[in-house]
Amino acid sequence: MSKHTLSVLVENKPGVLARIAALFSRRGFNIDSLAVGPTEHPDISRMTIVVNVEDLPLEQVTKQLNKLINVIKIVELDPDAAVRRELVLVKVRADAETRGQVTEIVQLFRAKTVDVSPDAVTVEATGSSDKLEAMLKMLEPYGIKELVQSGMVAIGRGARSITDRSLRAVERSA
Amino acid sequence: MTEQAAAPVPQHAGPEPMTGAQSLIRSLEAVGADTVFGIPGGAILPAYDPLMDSTRVRHILVRHEQGAGHAATGYAQATGKVGVCMATSGPGATNLVTPIADAYMDSVPMVAITGQVSSKAIGTDAFQEADICGITMPITKHNFLVTDPDEIPRVIAEAFHIAGTGRPGPVLVDIAKDALQSQTVFRWPVETQLPGYRPVTKPHAKQIREAARLLAASRRPVLYVGGGVLKAGATAELRILAELTGAPVVTTLMALGAFPDSHDQHLGMPGMHGSVAAVTALQKADLLFALGTRFDDRVTGKLDTFAPHAKVVHADIDPAEIGKNRAADVPIVGDAREIIADLIVAVQQEQAAGQAAGEQRFDYGQWWEQLNTWRKTYPVGYEPAPEGMLSPQQVIERIGQLVGSDAIYAAGVGQHQMWASQFINFDKPATWLNSGGAGTMGYAVPAAMGAKAGCPDAEVWAIDGDGCFQMTNQELVTCALNNIPIKVAIINNGSLGMVRQWQTLFYNKRYSNTVLHDGPAGNNGGSAEGEDSGPWQGTRIPDFVKLSEAMGCHALRCERPEDLDAVIEKAMSLNDAPVVIDFIVHQDAMVWPMVPAGVSNDEILAARDVRPDFGDEND
Repeated sequence: MSKHTLSVLVENKPGVLARIAALFSRRGFNIDSLAVGPTEHPDISRMTIVVNVEDLPLEQVTKQLNKLINVIKIVELDPDAAVRRELVLVKVRADAETRGQVTEIVQLFRAKTVDVSPDAVTVEATGSSDKLEAMLKMLEPYGIKELVQSGMVAIGRGARSITDRSLRAVERSA
Repeated sequence: MTEQAAAPVPQHAGPEPMTGAQSLIRSLEAVGADTVFGIPGGAILPAYDPLMDSTRVRHILVRHEQGAGHAATGYAQATGKVGVCMATSGPGATNLVTPIADAYMDSVPMVAITGQVSSKAIGTDAFQEADICGITMPITKHNFLVTDPDEIPRVIAEAFHIAGTGRPGPVLVDIAKDALQSQTVFRWPVETQLPGYRPVTKPHAKQIREAARLLAASRRPVLYVGGGVLKAGATAELRILAELTGAPVVTTLMALGAFPDSHDQHLGMPGMHGSVAAVTALQKADLLFALGTRFDDRVTGKLDTFAPHAKVVHADIDPAEIGKNRAADVPIVGDAREIIADLIVAVQQEQAAGQAAGEQRFDYGQWWEQLNTWRKTYPVGYEPAPEGMLSPQQVIERIGQLVGSDAIYAAGVGQHQMWASQFINFDKPATWLNSGGAGTMGYAVPAAMGAKAGCPDAEVWAIDGDGCFQMTNQELVTCALNNIPIKVAIINNGSLGMVRQWQTLFYNKRYSNTVLHDGPAGNNGGSAEGEDSGPWQGTRIPDFVKLSEAMGCHALRCERPEDLDAVIEKAMSLNDAPVVIDFIVHQDAMVWPMVPAGVSNDEILAARDVRPDFGDEND
C-alpha cells in the first residue's frame, strides 16, 4: 500500500461531502485524511484526500469519484512536486520547571505557542506529516494532554493551477 | 442512449407565474415525459392536482410504488426513453428503493420523483419523513433535493439529461412540499449547470486502430457484447461489424436481441447458464472484443481463470468499468454506436491493407471448426418431463415459437428467467426485459406493464415464476383498469425453483423453505426428497386462476402437454384484458448448462455430472 494525495475540485453544494465519503466506504477504500474548504471561486470547494491504496485500486477510486456529478476534477499530486501541509494544535503539560524546555522545542520546529497556563502550553504547528510527527515525539515525554490535527492540504508547485480550466467550465455553465 | 443525448425539443415558454407543482408538470411535459407511474400521498399531493389537467402526461395509478418503479424501467427498456415514476415521501419513497437499485445495476434511464416533507420540517423526524436522497445515494446516478421552487425546471431538465445520457441510470428528484406549493415563475428552456458531467462519447482514433489491428491479427476472437450496445442503439452497426469480420458473437443476459439469436455467427449467451459454445469460446479465445459490457461475475465465473489466453479490447461508455475486473490491453471509452461505426471503417482499412500486402488477416477458419463442433455437440436442450407432465422449458420454448420474435418478453428472476433467455429466440433489440444485475424477483409483471404502456401495439408477455408472481401480481389490477392487456405466463413449479435447484445440487436435496405450496403443518417449512408433493397435488394456494380473475384478468390453466398450443393460442386471441396462464410444470427441471458459483468457467457442466470434452489434452 502506498499513500496518494488527491486534490478534488467539487461543486460547493450541500451533500457533496456525504457523497464522497459514502463512495469511499461503499467501494471499500480507506480515507487516511480528508480536508475540505473553499477555493478562490465561490462555487467550487477543494478537497484534499489522502488514500492508502495500491495503484490499481487508486485508478478505480479516481474513476468512481469522477462519476459523481458534483465532482469537477481530480488531480493526483506528486509528493515531489507539491507542497503538503497539516496543522496541529497540541496541549502539552508544562510547569515553571519544564516550560522553558517545551518552548525550546517549539522554536526548533518553528511552531508557535498560542496559549499558556500555569501547568500547560498550547502549541500550534504546521508542516509536513513527518515534521509534525517528529515534533510530537519530542513533546511526548512532557505529557500530551490534548491533541487535534487537521487533514492534509496540498498544492502543486510552480505557476500552473489545477483550477484554471475547471473554473472556466463552471463559468460557462453558470 | 444516443437518441436521448439530444437536448429536449426547445419549446420556449414563459416567464409565466405559477406554483412549483405546476412548474413540475410543465417541466415534465417540456422534457417529453408522456407516461408517469405512481401513487399520490401527502407530500407529493400538490403535484397531483396540476397532473390531473395535463393532456400530455399520462399518469398510471399503480398499486404499490415498487410496481411504479419497475414499470418505469420496463417502459424505458422497451421504448429507449427515460422512464418516470412518482411517489410520496417516507414509505412511498422507500418502496421505490428496490426498483431504483435494480435500474442502477442494469443502467436503465429512469427519473423518480418523490415528495418530501416541508423544508422547515426536514430533519425533525416529521410524519412520513425519510432521507430518501441519503438512502438512494449509492443506488442512483445522481439525486437532487429541491427546496426552492425556482429550481424545479432546471433540476428536472438536469435529471432527464443525466438519466438518459452517458451510461444511463436512475436519478431521483426529491421535492419539498412547500416548494411545490409556493409561487414561482416557469421558463423554458433552461440552461443546465453540470460542470462535472461530461460523458465521453467519441472514441479515441488511435485506440480504434489498435483494436482493429488486434482483431485482424487474432485467430480466436469473440465479440463479447453487453447491454451497452442495446442502450446505444448500435445493433445495426454491430451486425455490420460482425459480418465484416466473420468473428463469433456472444450476447450477455443484458444484451439478448442485440445480435439475432438466429444468426449463424451467434454462439449464444455466456455465463453461469450460458451455452457451452459461448462459455467455451470465451475461455479459449485469444482476443475478447468486449463491447458495452462489464465482465460481471456471472459471466466471468472465477475471475482469475476467466479467458486466460485472451487479450482484451474493452469498449465502454463508463471509464470506471474498464479495468475494474479485468485489465484491458486496448481500452476504448465512448458510445458503443460511435465506437462500432469507427471500428467498421478501421476494419475495412485493415482488410484493404492486408490484401495489398498479401497477408491473411481476419482468418478465423480453424476457430470456427472448433466452435461448430462445440455448438453441434452441446446444444442447449432439456430433458423431457415425466409422461403426461409439462416441462417448463417446453412451455417457454413454445410461447416463443407461437408468439414470435416481434413480441416483448419480460422475465422475473430465477429458473424461468434463464429458460426464457435460452429457449426464446431474440432477434430484435428491446424485446427482452429482465433484471440482470440486481436479480429482482417480482420484476416481470410491472415491467411488462410499463413496456405495454410505452409500446401499446406490441405484444407483451411476462414469463414469470410462481414465486416472483406472488411478489408483484397486484399490478395486474393496474393493467386491467388502465387497458394495458399484457399476457402473463406463470411457470408454476410450486417452488422457488432456482434456490431449489441449488439445494438439489449443493444441499443434499434438503428443501428448506423453497416449497411454496407447503405450510408449516407439512414439513416444518421444508421437505426432504420424496416427501414433497408436486403442485398438481398440493394445496394450490393461491389459486392463480381465481386470483387473476379477481383482478379483472382472463385466466387460463394448462396442465397437460397436449393442451399447450391451444392454451397459448387462446391467450393470444384475448386482447381486451390482461391474460394470465397458470402453467403447472414439472418441479424437478433444472437449468443447464451451469457453471457452479465461484469456480472456473472451464468447469462448465452441460448437464448434471456431464463436463464437455474440449480435448483439453491436445491444448
